[in-house]
Amino acid sequence: MNYVDSSLKVVGTRPIRPDGADKVTGRAVFAADTRAPGMLWGKILRSPHAHARIVSIDTSKAEALPGVHGVVTAADFPDIPSEEAFVGEGPMNFRDLALNCMARTKVLYEGHALAAVAASTQAIADQALALIEVNYEVLPHVIEVEAAMADDAPILHDDMFTAGVTPKPTKPSNIAKVVTFKKGDAEAGFKEAEVIVEGTYTTQPVHQAYIEPHACLATYSPDGQIQIHSSSQGHFMVRAYTAKLLGVNLSNIRVNPAEIGGGFGGKTLVYLEPVAVMLSKKSGRTVKMQMTREDVFRASGPTSGAWMSVKIGAKKDGTIVAAKQVLKYQAGAFAGSPIGPGCMCGFAMYDLPNVDVVGYDVVSNRPKVAAYRAPGAPITSFAVESLMDDLATKLGIDPLTLRVKNAAKNGTKTHYGPTHQNIGFTAVLDAVKAHPHWKTPLKEGQGRGLATGFWFNIGGESSASVHVNEDGSVTAATGSPDIGGSRASIGMMVAEVLGVPATTVRTIVADTASIGFTHVTGGSRVTFATGMAATQAAEKVVEDLKRRAAQTWDIPVEAVEWKDGAAYPAGSNAGAFEPLDLATLALKAARTGGPLIAEVSLNAQGAGPGFGAHICDVTVDKETGHVTIDRYTAIQDVGKAIHPSYVEGQIQGGAAQGIGWALNEEYIYNAKGQMENPGFLDYRVPVASDVPMIEAVLVEVPNPRHPFGARGVGEVPIIPPMAAIANAIRGATGLRMVDLPMSPPKVRAAFDAAG
Amino acid sequence: MSSLSYAAPTSVDDAVKLLAGSSGLAKVLSGGTDLLVQLRSGRLKPDLIVDTKKIPGIIGIREENGGFVVGAATPGAVVEAHAGMTAAWPGLVEALDLIGSTQVQGRCSLAGNLCNASPAADSVPALYAAGAIAVVVGGKGRREVPVEQIPTGPGRTSLAKDEFILEFKLPPRPARSSDAYLRFIPRTEMDIAVVGCGISVTLDEKGVCTAARVSLGAVAPTVLLVQAAADVLIGHTLDADTLAKLDAAAQAASKPISDKRGTVEYRTKIAGVLARRVAAIAFDRAQGIKNGKAH
Amino acid sequence: MAKTYVSATINGESSEFLCETQQTLLDVLRDVVGLTGSKEGCASGDCGACSVILDGRLVCSCLVLGVEAEGTTITTIEGIAQGDKLHPVQQKFLEHAALQCGFCTPGLIVATKALLDENPNPTETEARYWLAGNLCRCTGYDKVIRAVMDAAAELRGETVG
Repeated sequence: MNYVDSSLKVVGTRPIRPDGADKVTGRAVFAADTRAPGMLWGKILRSPHAHARIVSIDTSKAEALPGVHGVVTAADFPDIPSEEAFVGEGPMNFRDLALNCMARTKVLYEGHALAAVAASTQAIADQALALIEVNYEVLPHVIEVEAAMADDAPILHDDMFTAGVTPKPTKPSNIAKVVTFKKGDAEAGFKEAEVIVEGTYTTQPVHQAYIEPHACLATYSPDGQIQIHSSSQGHFMVRAYTAKLLGVNLSNIRVNPAEIGGGFGGKTLVYLEPVAVMLSKKSGRTVKMQMTREDVFRASGPTSGAWMSVKIGAKKDGTIVAAKQVLKYQAGAFAGSPIGPGCMCGFAMYDLPNVDVVGYDVVSNRPKVAAYRAPGAPITSFAVESLMDDLATKLGIDPLTLRVKNAAKNGTKTHYGPTHQNIGFTAVLDAVKAHPHWKTPLKEGQGRGLATGFWFNIGGESSASVHVNEDGSVTAATGSPDIGGSRASIGMMVAEVLGVPATTVRTIVADTASIGFTHVTGGSRVTFATGMAATQAAEKVVEDLKRRAAQTWDIPVEAVEWKDGAAYPAGSNAGAFEPLDLATLALKAARTGGPLIAEVSLNAQGAGPGFGAHICDVTVDKETGHVTIDRYTAIQDVGKAIHPSYVEGQIQGGAAQGIGWALNEEYIYNAKGQMENPGFLDYRVPVASDVPMIEAVLVEVPNPRHPFGARGVGEVPIIPPMAAIANAIRGATGLRMVDLPMSPPKVRAAFDAAG
Repeated sequence: MSSLSYAAPTSVDDAVKLLAGSSGLAKVLSGGTDLLVQLRSGRLKPDLIVDTKKIPGIIGIREENGGFVVGAATPGAVVEAHAGMTAAWPGLVEALDLIGSTQVQGRCSLAGNLCNASPAADSVPALYAAGAIAVVVGGKGRREVPVEQIPTGPGRTSLAKDEFILEFKLPPRPARSSDAYLRFIPRTEMDIAVVGCGISVTLDEKGVCTAARVSLGAVAPTVLLVQAAADVLIGHTLDADTLAKLDAAAQAASKPISDKRGTVEYRTKIAGVLARRVAAIAFDRAQGIKNGKAH
Repeated sequence: MAKTYVSATINGESSEFLCETQQTLLDVLRDVVGLTGSKEGCASGDCGACSVILDGRLVCSCLVLGVEAEGTTITTIEGIAQGDKLHPVQQKFLEHAALQCGFCTPGLIVATKALLDENPNPTETEARYWLAGNLCRCTGYDKVIRAVMDAAAELRGETVG
């Protein structure tokens, strides 16, 4: 059923979230809050070197330390073959994942795990780590993407031969693959162009910087049954990866999802869980592990840093005739940067006849990248949207008008294949034009920037169940960890279908043994796909309720309608009966066929793409290079906001992360390839006083493929900020900043260079 | 297995005895905002922690001989709430207020900030500019030391093993005197200073500077007291020429390193920028012109 | 390793515990006393997720030794509500959707209570600087600040539309 044009009573309102009270009182149980009797503390030994061969590891002294109950190294884990899989938020090679969790022959970055201990106290575990003797043969290392691509670069993997080029290379390389996308004839297009602009850009790796470090609690029983409590974006992902890395059956592992303290893509793979299980197996005790903040920065995935060049050609009237882009993305120590989406998203906002994009996936001695909110898109869009601003300047056309002129519409064929359908980009640009921010005159010294962004959004496999309890209250269960309020949005959709208040429905996240398979919380898929499953489950319950009312009244089921939480005879011909509400039918359930329950598992298709546009005003201190964000407005097509507050929250949070990415966040390495700023003191995420109020404007162009019209929301808002701020800085100062972060020293240096 | 002992003596004598008698590394704990981070990271492995906060007088502010005496372990938040200190030493109070977060303000102390001996400590340039005197107690008794003689290098001080700071004496303020402190950081809060600058001045009735102390942080292994910059101010009003000379003097005195928080080139330039801005605030304040807080 | 006996008043109740010198107040609250509402996000005083009120002052419990707690009065997130009645700050965080993952929320709520205890009528700028030591990665602070300002108004007894 489709509710897009229905008058809605619950969807679109702002009830208090079901997990709210626990979270404001400290009751909510996150992974590190769980404990077990006789529990041990697990800790990991990490490489101090950026690149080294492990000549030997001697754990005997650590094992002999009183209070130590288990020590593991890669020798304790199966040496699994290369195998591509897609369970997380991107392609994953299980062999690489295994080696990332526990290095076998080489350590590939500072912080790479190579042994672990389980001990009765944290202090003993620390002492045991210090007693493990590792003999390293330190190898030359390489950090930056272009250096890693050089012919004489130190090679990380002897068996890595660049994929996507012919003939197949015979010499190993740090370039894992080359991808290309072509539409039309870019070279011919540039010949037609009357104005051409070009630019070269770099971005630095940035971390998701969730405030909760990774943590888990694992128990291995003598019968081979495994229990895991952990914080992740997908407990089915944790189950799948742990099973693969340990070589056990999925049915032997039960993963309980703890509350998750932020993920943003960074918790779509495992680091600790297989290690904790192996330590539990060795020690016979439950093992708890939690990363320190330094571990999180050094050893869990940031997103890629990149080098990019972009060229755009246009007619004098602003019509773009050709676009070209070369992208080199860092993958970290193992292949698998988000180069694919990077190549697709940069130009996806525009209707372009001729496009040529080449992307390189490059390994270097950094932690393996993980998904981070719209993986790959913010990087490529920083380049493209900065250059669009230069094009507008060169043409003497307003930057909004230039974008409107070239905007992708329904029917626009993208350079990577699909044709855009049911998209709201034009509506977003109209909203920019109509917004007071866009029209407000700038103050002396201020600059204003505009930038846009695109994300596919995804669907995928989800499961949800709806249980009507004996008193007519409702429990909805899904397999989607709730990061940002999805229990609220899912419960609201169920309540809407059942015709009851949102407070009647209690939504929970069920463990891997209690609900059907559900893909990770990522790609902005939960309200879309899991919401679709929950809606369908609620509809099945309604059908069942109608059937039972029909049975009670002894009329055909077609003669029963469900509205406002009760069964009514459908019109006077159906007969005159008092309505049967949910509570009454629930009470009668035993006599009408038993418990009222439905579960739906599906593979949702048709996630509507999301588009956003951000407007930003800045002031720049010309002497210090400090950039102040004076005003920020983020406009986005959200399809239909189920719970508008949490939709706004996604947009505001994504924008703030983008502000951090733009201005201050970066990984800083020393000459030895060690990270110099693995803490919140010097890895500078925005603090409350760094940002203004962020106005989120919700444009609602319904997605016809979702029962309520919802689109994914969480990814798009991190895409435009970097270029919006760069464009605002240019407006304020005339300086074009092409290297992120646009930190004070860089801005001051740009002033000095400009004279 | 190494073990860490803790003691919270209630007198100076007991504290000195504990420090003197420790066979291994003993550390004085006041606010702990640096010490605990160093303990946690394993950079510091002391055998004894001597918590001085229970020693009478080590927390609190009193007036003495026309000046203020600030207990060494007085939390920043207490100093900030003290009307007399805020009026007489707005720059020093602001500097303390810039150390870390509100949470850190509830603990951090002048003595801790000084004895941690980081060149980037926020309150230290302001203390230097103020001409504060540290009252040091130890096995050989009590001595009064200009604060700039306490730090000797990054993480190192001139204090003997059995010595610690009991309190700071701030001199009486002549008429038309004030101070200011600014530091530059990439964000608006929570960062370590890339450069810090504290200036204290006394002016005559015409606005001509008769006394000045200028101090720079994070541009050398220790906080610097820059006499050449003070000399630029003394005998002058704060006109464009004086500002330019002050900028040059601050830059000339800066001998920074390049690290994750800033480069030599950037730090040197910012030292000049801050010196000008801080002088402007200090001169305004000395002349009774209201000037807002640093943030 | 010798442990020290410590007695303190935690959330209005006298509490006794044994702790090792190097254990922080946060370690003690979480691992010894069993109050896990205070979170460890950094263990270096940079994120504020472990904020508690110690003798009337807002501090990071990761920057206080457990042994220093002797004789003190401590309020943690678990002590903010009165029984089943939420504190207005908690209620406003819920109404304004000022949390997403909720991990930083205990620290933010404790810090906000400390702010409003000291300054019942903060400006937005004052609230932002006071809370600068409480990192939140989900919300961009917008709804957090709105909740803080609204809670302040409610606590002042002003009617809010």
